[in-house]
Amino acid sequence: MEQKKSLKTILKNMSDTNLLLVITIVVFLLMYAFAMIFLGKGFLKPQTFCNILNENAALIILSCGMSLVMITGGIDISVGGVTALVCMSCAVFIDYKGGSIIGSIGIALLIGLLYGLFQGYLVAYLDIQPFIVSLAGMFFARGMTTIVNTEPFNVANEAFVALKDTRVSLPGIGSVNKNGDFINAYVEIGVVVALIIVILMFAFLRWTQIGRNFYAVGGNKQSALMLGINVKKTKFIAHLICSILAGIGGYVYFLHVGSGSASHASGAEMNAIASSIIGGTMLTGGVGNIIGTLFGVLSLSTIKNIVASAGFDQAWWTGITVAVMLCIFLVIQSVVLARKSK
Amino acid sequence: MERIKQRFVISNIFRNQLFIPIAALLIIFIFNLIADPGFFKVTLGYNNAGNPLLNGYLITILDYGSELAILAIGMTLVTAASGGQDISVGAAIAIAGSVILRVLCGSDSRSEELHAPIIVAFLIACVVAALFGAFNGVLVAVFKIQPMVATLILYTAGRSIAAWINNNELPIVNDVRFTYFGGLIPGIPIPVPFFIAAICVAIIFLVLKFTTLGLYTQAVGINERAAKLNGLNPVAIKILTFVILGLCVAVCGLIKTSRLSTINYSVIAKDIEMDAILAVALGGNALGGGKFNMWASILGAYVIQALTTTLYKFNVKSNALPAYKAVVVIILVVASAPIVREKAQEIVKKLRAGRVEKEVA
Repeated sequence: MEQKKSLKTILKNMSDTNLLLVITIVVFLLMYAFAMIFLGKGFLKPQTFCNILNENAALIILSCGMSLVMITGGIDISVGGVTALVCMSCAVFIDYKGGSIIGSIGIALLIGLLYGLFQGYLVAYLDIQPFIVSLAGMFFARGMTTIVNTEPFNVANEAFVALKDTRVSLPGIGSVNKNGDFINAYVEIGVVVALIIVILMFAFLRWTQIGRNFYAVGGNKQSALMLGINVKKTKFIAHLICSILAGIGGYVYFLHVGSGSASHASGAEMNAIASSIIGGTMLTGGVGNIIGTLFGVLSLSTIKNIVASAGFDQAWWTGITVAVMLCIFLVIQSVVLARKSK
Repeated sequence: MERIKQRFVISNIFRNQLFIPIAALLIIFIFNLIADPGFFKVTLGYNNAGNPLLNGYLITILDYGSELAILAIGMTLVTAASGGQDISVGAAIAIAGSVILRVLCGSDSRSEELHAPIIVAFLIACVVAALFGAFNGVLVAVFKIQPMVATLILYTAGRSIAAWINNNELPIVNDVRFTYFGGLIPGIPIPVPFFIAAICVAIIFLVLKFTTLGLYTQAVGINERAAKLNGLNPVAIKILTFVILGLCVAVCGLIKTSRLSTINYSVIAKDIEMDAILAVALGGNALGGGKFNMWASILGAYVIQALTTTLYKFNVKSNALPAYKAVVVIILVVASAPIVREKAQEIVKKLRAGRVEKEVA
């Protein structure tokens, strides 16, 4: 009884960021344990987990940017469109124009940078609603993707395919296959990039002054202003970083699928927002954690995998599950907020 | 009477919010006039069934702009009350359309005859759409989630739910009467959707005229706390606006499915949320909530359709269309941003001051 009480007080005294982070990690662990016990086999293999990472490396990067913008109280729904635009532009550049891989990375970064500068300026300095700006950005990117090239196609360039198929083996982790051979679990290059970005972003938000400014601006704009923080500049930087990360995420997505198509990453913005919310980033701003976001992505993809392997593999179930999960977490946040105001 | 009306319009035109959409419409028309006057040609022809119909780009605008105008009604109210937009309308139209087909065709997707009267199907779709509207409304009003994020849930799930309602089959309605709502009634050469839109506009006009809906939504949008202190119930009013938008969505679902006699879950009403928001913005309504002008939004919807039709006329592919519209949105929101307006006014003032100084000198 007494222990319960102390647990309650611990929960009550916890900051919103930590409380939501704990909820997320617990939910993820419970879900994965559930999958291991009831769906068995597949989920016990380390490679299954690695595949979740492989498939969602781009999403992790996009979600990091999304969390950052959401911490400052904004939102950016153009990331999915930017991903598609990056994929198509790089594919066309490499295959049709005979460009190099370094060049294509440059293009990806350039698209992200331009998007960030433009959207950041409109949101921060002209004070236009971020949702409207990025909605227009999303439609622009999707439209531009079709203008760059209408037909979807696979990239055949050898150097690129070699890079795409590069696998990083994880020493000591793996499973025994039917023939009794030990097979190392592997991840793709994108995962390495994604994890580096997660670590960098975590450190950036936690230990740098600009990083702390994001929380201050998102928490209370007025007080941030009075503390002498340049609110506009902070918002601008948040959108800039988010779009650049969208460019990088787009390239990682491109590395994973190896093709250009106007329908690539459809709904990625939605998944990124959902991951951030599940990861404990508050839409109202000021609260959030990159580690939580990482777990948000993992939770989201785990539940998708569970839904798929439980036999509901029709496409519509994914959409409905994601929406239901998002809905639940939004309501949790709302309740947490209400608790605070009491 | 006519003249008085005209004078009324002209005298108010610059003060009025309607100035922006009318100016935009004029720009589009002038552009078309220069590029190809054939844009304005309307001819009387006959369709395959031998019914008279009017052809021409202007008729296309009136026809396909109808759904948008109906949506703009609901979207304006939602925007005014909650200070955000509903981005799930496209997905909700898919749900409403799916419900209509499900009721009409039953479980047999190739049924020869209707399983229920069309009006019953429509009313059921209204109820379903209103419920989804209420769901959005509850998220926004009770749980205080930003409207655009709250409706993101239905935006993701909507088309999946629509497919699920019909078991992912594509039912086809084999009844001429069903095609009337999105096509032509024999003998009348003007497309029916235009009349449906006119009826909706008339209803909302009467509602705004004879009830306090307009006043209350604006009060809630301008200052929720003040509205509450004055005895209004902001939660109920916000939910009500979302329910009204749900009803608009049901009407659009009927028109959209009637046009094809079937449904395509991933394509039906795609990107329409963008157009509907654009219509509200083009009408000069503040996207942050508060005051609104219904006429300006409705006119805005037809202006958007005029833009779309013009782009199609110049062979812009439908997938590339959003890019052009996005540019228009950005120009619009930048032009209407308070900061930009203030700066523009300052510049105008300075210019005037300069002129006065010169005159004095």
